[in-house]
Amino acid sequence: MDVLNAIVALANFVIIPATAYGAQLALGALGVTLIYGILRFSNFAHGDTMAFGTMVTIFVTWGFQAAGIGFGPLPTALLALPFGIAATALLAIGTDATVYRFYRTQKAKPVIFVIASLGVMFIMNGIVRFLIGVDDQRFADGERFIIGARDFREMTGLEEGLAFRTTQGITIVVAIIAVVLLFWFLNRTRTGKSMRAFSDNEDLALLSGINPERVVLITWIIVAALATTAGVLYGLDKSFKPFTYFQLLLPIFASAIVGGLGNPLGAILGGFLIAFSEVGVTYAFRKVVGYLGPEDWQPEGLLQLLSTDYKFAVSFGILLIVLLFKPTGIMKGKSV
Amino acid sequence: MSDAANTQTPASSINAKNILLFALVALLFVGTGFVQSWNTALTIFNMGLISAIMALGVNMQWGYAGLFNVGVMGFVALGGLAAVLVSSDPVPEAWALGGPRILLGLVLGAATILAAILAYSRLPAGRLRMLAILVILIGGFAIYRAVIGPGVEAVEAYEPASTGFLGGLGLPVVLAWPVGGLLAAGAAWIIGKTALGLRSDYLAIATLGIAEIIIAILKNEDWLARGVKNVTGIPRPVPYEVDLQASESFLNFANSLGADPVSASTITVKLAYAGLFIVVLGVLIWLVEKAWNSPWGRMMRAIRDNEVSASAMGKDVKARHLQIFILGSAVCGLAGAMMTTLDSQLVPGTYQPLRFTFLIWVMVIVGGSGNNWGAVLGGFLIWWLWVQVEPLGLLLLQGLTAGMEEGAFLREHLLDSAAHMRLLTMGIILLLVLRFSPRGLIPER
Repeated sequence: MDVLNAIVALANFVIIPATAYGAQLALGALGVTLIYGILRFSNFAHGDTMAFGTMVTIFVTWGFQAAGIGFGPLPTALLALPFGIAATALLAIGTDATVYRFYRTQKAKPVIFVIASLGVMFIMNGIVRFLIGVDDQRFADGERFIIGARDFREMTGLEEGLAFRTTQGITIVVAIIAVVLLFWFLNRTRTGKSMRAFSDNEDLALLSGINPERVVLITWIIVAALATTAGVLYGLDKSFKPFTYFQLLLPIFASAIVGGLGNPLGAILGGFLIAFSEVGVTYAFRKVVGYLGPEDWQPEGLLQLLSTDYKFAVSFGILLIVLLFKPTGIMKGKSV
Repeated sequence: MSDAANTQTPASSINAKNILLFALVALLFVGTGFVQSWNTALTIFNMGLISAIMALGVNMQWGYAGLFNVGVMGFVALGGLAAVLVSSDPVPEAWALGGPRILLGLVLGAATILAAILAYSRLPAGRLRMLAILVILIGGFAIYRAVIGPGVEAVEAYEPASTGFLGGLGLPVVLAWPVGGLLAAGAAWIIGKTALGLRSDYLAIATLGIAEIIIAILKNEDWLARGVKNVTGIPRPVPYEVDLQASESFLNFANSLGADPVSASTITVKLAYAGLFIVVLGVLIWLVEKAWNSPWGRMMRAIRDNEVSASAMGKDVKARHLQIFILGSAVCGLAGAMMTTLDSQLVPGTYQPLRFTFLIWVMVIVGGSGNNWGAVLGGFLIWWLWVQVEPLGLLLLQGLTAGMEEGAFLREHLLDSAAHMRLLTMGIILLLVLRFSPRGLIPER
């Protein structure tokens, strides 16, 4: 019986990675949920928007690195992030002007918007693959660890090491900052309030003189910022690969829906719920249980519920259960 | 879609404009034959036939009922699985090692889910029910893993380099086509039962998820279809090129045409496939056109255009949606089985949503949603473009970069990236059609 080591092992392999992943999903889901609330459609191009923003950030990072500009112990990508956000915002606004605005004035059905977003998805995917290629890109630099596994062992004298990577720490800190800023904006500023009003009741909002085009414009800028931040954090934490970003669409949608589409708090909750379930269900608990059992004992199997390739099945399973029993999500979302 | 067009006199699809459109697409293929080679043209044409069938399936769901299914890839992959399960040779040793255990495990797994559903519907709501369901699910999962685990290990350990799976039934591969449809229909039934009552976006995301899960299963469950080790050499419904080249009568036939026997044999094989596929496509078109013009078809359109009034007229909207969802998915499964037959191999790693789900959607939207001939036209046209955009893009970029220095970074990069032109092109085509001709090339009549 060795509770301390068990806790450390659990933190190292489940809690810290899942928290970082959850923060990334939450940022992504916030973007999806904002678009759903204001523009009222599920944006299938969101994963590729993230990929585009990350790609620009990587290019700028490379430029900084070549010019010898660094960010001390922190990754240079954080310095490049604002450039990525700006480029993505321009792209999003351009997309809205060329594609979505037409259907908005036509008052087209939501499903037409979704099909249009499929077209946008193809184009963005094509642009990203065209510019940076399909391969894995690693662009993290600076200190690798806040606490390394060996240091932790020496510090505490425990058998189990705990590694806390810089990228994980940055993910959590940046996500908290982004969420606080977003909620401050939505709840305290005039523009944010008008966005919420528009999301709650479009007709009333129009009646009280809110300019819908302005609301939509601000929404795209915020969504671009959230998507780029989420994408860069995910890329720093793992690696950047266009196809992976496309596949992130599923857990991100699952997070947004589980939390309640259109509800920002729900998106955050959903992100962490999905991340913890994915990591928890696909982690082999053999080590943790081994520490909790009697001395010198290890359980027979790996104690892994599902192999890691089934992580989509986990987010999907949770999505299905929530939809069957609480169709508008955990926090009340809206339905069109 | 739901325009006044429905009330017009039902003009036939056969009019000058549509015939011209089909003739133009035919010209593309004939042109490919002359410019590149007839072999290439037939390769594209065969996959075009399969794409047309997939587009028909999606069009049934979208055009007839307005259901937004983005899980086409999953149904196509299930069809591919059917081709393996039906036509591969059985591996008796693997069966002896772990077959019964695996079957028993699957039965137990299904029984667990059934028991949980029963508990949910029979027990009174409350904590007790939640507890009972949890106990059933967790206990059932543990038993399932305990039973199936050793069986899977034993099967996968048996000569993993060549088999390592249970094998199929060793039946003729053409039988796999309807079986692929049935497998897809079964999956569609499960999805439809759970997700069809929900909003349209939720169905889209549910189908997107299920498709990813089906691919994950195919990649992981080696005992089923060898996972990422791929099943190759699936038997063919048509003769092999080498056999043709060895046959006296075929050589005489090729000589009489003045053709070289190697290319004559590959073209003959491709023509044989094309013949089989044309028969399937023809039967399908005949069936869906009949259905479209029947009272059933009118009912489906009535439901699509106004669910509330249709249900007020006593139509069971949910049951009809489930019906058309299953039918459309079955057609996609059929096409998937045909595709795996054409490739003679099942490679789960190649199933990507952009190619197998969203591209089919481009075909339907561009061809004309709600028109079967439109979907078929879209299938051929978009598939031809998908294949040819790459060489065309390469030509274009070679032209653009001709002035640049040999080996310059930008030049190399542009030439390497030509392959990604196709995604860009598809997106632009989809957006242009959706904006300027939202009813497609051959609109619903």
